[in-house]
Amino acid sequence: MIEVHNISKSYGSVQALKELSFKVEEGQLYGLIGPDGAGKTTLFRILTTLLLADSGEATMDGLDVKKNYKKIRKMVGYMPERFSLYMDLTVEENLNFFATVFQTTVEENYHLIHDIYQMLEPFKKRKAGDLSGGMKQKLALSCALIHKPRILLLDEPTTGVDPVSRKEFWEMLKKLQQSGLTTLVSTPFLDEAELCDEVALVQNGQILKVDSPHNIAMAYPHRLWQVKSGANYKTLKILKEFDHKISAFAFGNVVHLATNSEVSEEMIEVHLKQNGVEHIQIKPIQAGIEDVFMDLMQ
Amino acid sequence: MRPILFIMPVMQLVVLSYSADFTVTNINIYVEDHDHSSMSQALTQKIAMSDYFNLIEVGNSYDEAYQMVEKNKVDVILTIPQNFSKNMHSAQPTEISIFADAINGTKAGISLNYLQNIIAQFSLEEIEKTGIQMQIPGIETNKRDWYNPDLNYKFFMVPGILVLLVTIIALFLSGMNIVREKEIGTIEQLNVTPIRKYQFIIGKLLPFLIIGMIEFTIGLIIALFWFKVPFEGNFFLIYGFTILYLILILGMGMFISTITSSQQQALFLAWFFMVIFILMSGLFTPIESMPIWAQNFTLFNPIRYYVEVIRLVMLKGSGISNILMHVSAVAGSAILINVMAMISYKKTA
Repeated sequence: MIEVHNISKSYGSVQALKELSFKVEEGQLYGLIGPDGAGKTTLFRILTTLLLADSGEATMDGLDVKKNYKKIRKMVGYMPERFSLYMDLTVEENLNFFATVFQTTVEENYHLIHDIYQMLEPFKKRKAGDLSGGMKQKLALSCALIHKPRILLLDEPTTGVDPVSRKEFWEMLKKLQQSGLTTLVSTPFLDEAELCDEVALVQNGQILKVDSPHNIAMAYPHRLWQVKSGANYKTLKILKEFDHKISAFAFGNVVHLATNSEVSEEMIEVHLKQNGVEHIQIKPIQAGIEDVFMDLMQ
Repeated sequence: MRPILFIMPVMQLVVLSYSADFTVTNINIYVEDHDHSSMSQALTQKIAMSDYFNLIEVGNSYDEAYQMVEKNKVDVILTIPQNFSKNMHSAQPTEISIFADAINGTKAGISLNYLQNIIAQFSLEEIEKTGIQMQIPGIETNKRDWYNPDLNYKFFMVPGILVLLVTIIALFLSGMNIVREKEIGTIEQLNVTPIRKYQFIIGKLLPFLIIGMIEFTIGLIIALFWFKVPFEGNFFLIYGFTILYLILILGMGMFISTITSSQQQALFLAWFFMVIFILMSGLFTPIESMPIWAQNFTLFNPIRYYVEVIRLVMLKGSGISNILMHVSAVAGSAILINVMAMISYKKTA
């Protein structure tokens, strides 16, 4: 369980966190979603007792991050944004090292990392620096889990990792969750947010919204259309001039257009055709986390 | 990387010990002989025969000689005046001029010294030969060099260079270490572990202490068996002092490492201290000839203490009672700097 209450932190004149509050329940997989510079890493550093907040309180399993930092360090697994592995040690040596500094052994907690480590086993004599990004990520996760933490903090674990490894990684997190581990994970990828139990959308050190991914998507206040045509950029430009639009964003090779509820498919089509766009496909769609986030960021 | 750690210091020790030679040889001399007598030729001959001088030319033009100094072909000009032999025979005072190229002041001074010695000896011999009585009773100087009777500069330099190597290895290894972990980010992971500060510092110190001692032992073996430097003192004393000294230097490196945030900064700081400490250590220039403020400054220079101790113990056979001041200075600073390193290392971001 993680409780954060009115946490603020400034670096000089830059306010990284502004009275941030949220709560992660025991055994939850909780996502912090936000762009770079939102303050996610600062929050992680405060929770891992590396940094002191200017004001506010935070507890991990009831332990205060200021007063009980020694106890917290024993029960938290932390994976920083840059995988902090010793690149000149082998896979095996890295794992043994981190087990030793937590006064435990690899054998004692092998069951926790069994699934993940199995994939690394063939490379256990290889130096960590020679591993691929996805392998490094798995090793870093193993190292963060080797002392049987009660809470796992993952700071952008999937940044710089290929899509297949990303998917595998989230499957592993889901599996770990079944063992009762409380996990707080930050990510800039909105598609990953849908895999969390609950997400907090963070921007500029503030939480914009907290809810389950499903509820967040459901609570989207506008009508959303997907507009597809041969000329995506032109379509986007023309839709931005549409009288009834609330927002228009490019999503891959389509445009998501948000309007009020009075707008119909025909109205959009007419507007586009008047401006010379051909081969138009328009359909109403259900909003995703990404749409909500874009809407909130405006 | 590992071979470099051991091969480089060995190479440095050998190469530096042969090259850091304070004896001046190969002094190029031009003899401007206006006398053309057998006596002036005998003097010229005597100079040419010595180990220190290369006779470049015998001529009678100062301009020509000066040109050669300009072109860097000649270091010293010796001018023998016209009536040199005549004056000598008639026991008249006579004057010989020496001009030296003093761009390298040390070399010029030493050259003049050599030359004066040769001339003085020459005149004594001539006086004896010709039977001319000296007016002033001569004072005979009896010279004896203690602890290094052959004045073998290597006995003096090799232990000093050994100090340098041990210091460089220890300071740079430890100075680069923590800051490197900061750069690659592993320090963040370590900081969230329950590991204690003192455990961390000791964990960082110990491997380098062992490497430093191995390095020192290799260097000592080369000094004793290759350069045949005598060892008069107690092995335990020198090893004990080396351990103490290494703890001090490693603590310094650790401190540099904790207060910097990149290897570049750490390297720059380490070099800054290194250069000052080496030049003011008494290794190359005697501390006694420094200005008073500089002499006082060397009291804070760990390399100075180690250079003195290693020379005292190895060459002179000094015991613990002779180096108590050094031991207490190094021990005191070792404690201070390590405490400072421990305080400035924070397990926070």
